[in-house]
Amino acid sequence: MASSIPVSVPADTAPVEAARGGRVARRTRRLVAAGAGFVLLLALVAAAAPWLAPHDPVRQSLRARLAAPTLEGADGRAHPLGTDHLGRDVLSRMLYGARVSLLVGFAAVVVGSLVGAALGILAGYRGGWTDTVVMTVADAQLAFPFVLLAIGIIGVLGPSFPTLVVVIGLSGWVDYARVLRSQVLVLRSREFVDAILALGGAVPRIVARHILPNVLSTLVVIATLQLARAIVLEATLSFLGLGIQPPTPSWGGMIQEGREYLDSAWWISIFPGCLLLLTSLVVSRSGDWLRDLLDPTLRSE
Amino acid sequence: MRALVTFLAARVARALVAVWLVSTVVFVVMRLSGDPVPLLLPPDAPRSEYARVAKELGTDRPLPVQYAVFLGHVAQADFGRSIHFREPAMQVAMGYLPATAELGLTAFVLAVLVAVPVGVISAVRRNTLVDQAVMGVALVGQSAPTFFLGILFILTLSLKAGLLPTSGRGDWTHLVLPALTLGAFAMASIARLTRSALLDVLRQDYVRTARAKGLREWRVVAKHAFRNAAIPVLTITGLQLGTLLGGAVVTETVFAWPGIGRLAIHSIYNRDYPVVQCVVFLSAVLFVALNFVIELVYGVLDPRIRPR
Repeated sequence: MASSIPVSVPADTAPVEAARGGRVARRTRRLVAAGAGFVLLLALVAAAAPWLAPHDPVRQSLRARLAAPTLEGADGRAHPLGTDHLGRDVLSRMLYGARVSLLVGFAAVVVGSLVGAALGILAGYRGGWTDTVVMTVADAQLAFPFVLLAIGIIGVLGPSFPTLVVVIGLSGWVDYARVLRSQVLVLRSREFVDAILALGGAVPRIVARHILPNVLSTLVVIATLQLARAIVLEATLSFLGLGIQPPTPSWGGMIQEGREYLDSAWWISIFPGCLLLLTSLVVSRSGDWLRDLLDPTLRSE
Repeated sequence: MRALVTFLAARVARALVAVWLVSTVVFVVMRLSGDPVPLLLPPDAPRSEYARVAKELGTDRPLPVQYAVFLGHVAQADFGRSIHFREPAMQVAMGYLPATAELGLTAFVLAVLVAVPVGVISAVRRNTLVDQAVMGVALVGQSAPTFFLGILFILTLSLKAGLLPTSGRGDWTHLVLPALTLGAFAMASIARLTRSALLDVLRQDYVRTARAKGLREWRVVAKHAFRNAAIPVLTITGLQLGTLLGGAVVTETVFAWPGIGRLAIHSIYNRDYPVVQCVVFLSAVLFVALNFVIELVYGVLDPRIRPR
């Protein structure tokens, strides 16, 4: 019984846990902090892109096209990561591209977690046919490669920021819903919920005051793992030409544009790609570490 | 026996619900996208032409009727004619399917053939340099975006080293890089899971007994431990087979592989919606069918999963 309750509920057992895995937990905490630091740094860089970027990310310069990474280009200016086929500065475009990745990523996570958490809590709390319908739709979505459907939907509706956010967000709602549903099922059967109901407490209040705080740590873990997925999915869609449209710089779009020049000007694709890979790796690992720290019962492999 | 029938019926019902929901989403999205009639006609076509085509497509009827007609067509695997190819959409999609199947199966076989031995070695040599290096690579492989992995392979193995062709379909050398790219995620996942499943089993008492009997280590691993670790590995392996289908869209685009994934992307660019619908629907059916077969296979392999 106790094992299925999130760590945040039984505060009295927390010290025992901490003493057992103290060293490991401390190391994991540091890793999580490092991961969070990386994302924060990226967010700061993205926000400060207009001041940090050495060049205008969309200004073309035919004289300086396809320049290799250099501190003094043909136009007499530094292009530390080279320029692309239109002479635009790769570093500047990467900094601006971080805006798209993080904005779409975080917005998609908000959409996915709101929808997933609401439906998961509803299904777990109400049970009955509500539960059946929600879980049937969840199963159906899992029984299908959602990327394909996302490509179809965006392809037909046309790419735009809201479409991207909603489609990427909805591609992840099932994870939240399934985990929260099972946690709410457990919580609902506990006496304190009956006690509150007996005392005349209202259901929305129980959910807001007693259930949500209990499932919050789980929510954070899933949201972190989903953020990595959302960032990669956005880059993939932009790479396929179905994401953020040019000339707005996005990492996926940059990788796509550099594809034709891979042999002669590898830096156009490879630098943004490496940053994307690093971001995806750091965020998803942070999610794993966070899970080990907050809620080891979620562990799947 | 009755339990088995109930079990099968429930699974079939679930598969059908999934396919029905996907079809409905396809229908709703197509309707949201606006009137298809102008796409089919030249801009200067007379009004009467518009009315004629709308009647032909059925778009002049009320939505519930259109939905019913659509479901009827779906049940017959009829998605209309491709605007670009001027052939039935299903026929077009089926023509591109073999290339995707070839790529997907190769990627899958490659992933399993590499990942399982690697996972076993990692578990047996746990916490050595080899283990840490291999698992590090697997972690990167799991979070690397498929399309970027493909580009890295093209740059290093094909453009710089000149070992393999960059794109297209031809002899077996054309298959290596796409299959490696598509299979990378599955490979990484299977390797990590094989390692952890085997580590769990190696802790069991019967493994200690086998060792105490004086069996050689490789015999303990191969005969006693691995067989018991195989079930969770098979589970994840089956799931990976399905996700390959989604990855195929990206991989086929990167390597100009003439499969249904690339067909889907091209059809979106050409606004050839009958083909887009058809590909989405076809993959849904394939995916659901694959999962169905995999679940049945588990039942055969592991008596514990069989319905009571």
